Amino acid sequence: MKKSKVFWGYAVLALVIYAVVQVLISTGAIDIYYKNMLITMCINIMLAVSLHIVIGVTGQFSIGHAGFLAVGAYISAIITTKLMLPFPLAILLGALAAAGAGLIVGIPTLRLKGDYLAIATLGFAEIIRIIFLNTDYVGGAAGMQVKYLSNWTYAFVGVVLTILVISNFTNSRHGRACISIREDEIAADAMGINTTYYKVVAFVIGSFFAGLAGAIFAHNFYIIQPTTFGFLKSFDILIYVVLGGLGSLSGSVIAAIFLTVVSTYLANFPETRMIIYSLVLIIVMLYRPTGLMGTKEITDLFKFGKKGGTK
Amino acid sequence: MTGNLLIKVENMGIQFGGLKAVQAVNMYLNQGELVGLIGPNGAGKTTSFNMLTGVYTPTEGTITFDGLKLNGLAPYQVTQKGISRTFQNIRLFKELSVLDNVKVANHSLAKHSMWSSIFRLPAHFKGEAEMEHQSIEFLKIFGLDVYKDELAKNLPYGMQRRLEIARALAANPKLLLLDEPAAGMNPQETHDLMELIAFIRKEFGLTILLIEHDMSLVMGICERIYVLDHGQLIADGTPEEIRNNPKVIEAYLGEEVIG
Repeated sequence: MKKSKVFWGYAVLALVIYAVVQVLISTGAIDIYYKNMLITMCINIMLAVSLHIVIGVTGQFSIGHAGFLAVGAYISAIITTKLMLPFPLAILLGALAAAGAGLIVGIPTLRLKGDYLAIATLGFAEIIRIIFLNTDYVGGAAGMQVKYLSNWTYAFVGVVLTILVISNFTNSRHGRACISIREDEIAADAMGINTTYYKVVAFVIGSFFAGLAGAIFAHNFYIIQPTTFGFLKSFDILIYVVLGGLGSLSGSVIAAIFLTVVSTYLANFPETRMIIYSLVLIIVMLYRPTGLMGTKEITDLFKFGKKGGTK
Repeated sequence: MTGNLLIKVENMGIQFGGLKAVQAVNMYLNQGELVGLIGPNGAGKTTSFNMLTGVYTPTEGTITFDGLKLNGLAPYQVTQKGISRTFQNIRLFKELSVLDNVKVANHSLAKHSMWSSIFRLPAHFKGEAEMEHQSIEFLKIFGLDVYKDELAKNLPYGMQRRLEIARALAANPKLLLLDEPAAGMNPQETHDLMELIAFIRKEFGLTILLIEHDMSLVMGICERIYVLDHGQLIADGTPEEIRNNPKVIEAYLGEEVIG
């Protein structure tokens, strides 16, 4: 079948990217600086795609995503450094803990709409951060020592898993139910869609993968501190999704890659870094107000040549 | 084909703060009937629809549908029990394709689980293929299958109205509520719509409750008519009886002459 051919095409592409980078890392062609950039890029892609399912697909404007990142980071760090359990288990449990936090936060807040939801999620993320800040077991404000365990393989597998699960979810009756909530909640309800259920489901899936990203993030540096997970981090993630185009998975991936590269290079110019970064954002939003990809996916663009497009 | 009692509304009313928007409404629909609900602007027709579909919970009275009490159910539960509706101001999923609009309504009829979709198990492909097939069948009935990949927002107005009805039907209702389906249509389109309504009623064995301002449509196809004014039922009966009812003429007169 044609569809499975496309799938295997992507699978091969992913494998090639993985293998090439892995070989370059082992031969030393990619030094530690670029290796770190690539892992950060993977983490940012995971975060962007996990927020995409909440904002882009379901249309729920959540700006507290860093809270779930923090849960994943701290829980996984506790498991590896305090309980001395293996890293893969820590990733899984970190992600599950974040999903649990998503469920607890999601059930009360997803009754709210628009601005109110945004403020409520922001508040919850701050609560999560303050809890870690005041827990001496995880080091409080000084932060927590974490083993360096992340590598390119974990990061890349994480990205592939995130994209695969979220795109599979989106392209099914369940994902369509979420999109219908984004388009018109009252009509979705009238068509027999349990809107509360699907909003919570999308939120929990998003939190799960934010937690996954958090686990890899925590073990990519030697220390994690509560300040890292402040609301500025939430806005960073939000920017990936908006810049990529609300509703476009590939858009949020591209935006995450693009902005990671930009901010990595700008690290060399600390005085002007934020000015240039902000200018880049303003210019992109001026010339592409619907984001880099709009609501289109990169796969749609390839089809254009044959059918001339439907829009 | 008129048969058993399908829905019974007893003493239904709703109060918003101090305002009694609708009060003491008694209605019933038998299986297979086509009934009209008319009344001047602000009479409470759409509010009544919203109570029947669970958008509002009535503050008094009961709604019994197919032996089940509907009071307090959420809209999606009401739809799953077998009442589906269209909206006065079109509420399509604008950024979705025509086909996907219908598929969304088809959602509750499909059984494949979220896990089967995430892991792309055989149940997912089977379920999705079935949904696709059924949705296209609905689009064919409405002559919309040629537009299936078009975004809903790009359809002409009349087609959007038809798509809304197609979407409501895809939810597999026993009772279909149409809120001003002919609003903004020209006489030719209204005529086509009348034929379409009569056709789907026969084809699917539906019971239909219709809000409409276009009197030629209401008088032309409805078997019975309820008239609301100021939140209260002022008359019910056959189109002939309604036409000659002095209360109805009084309620309508001012508006009809000026309008």
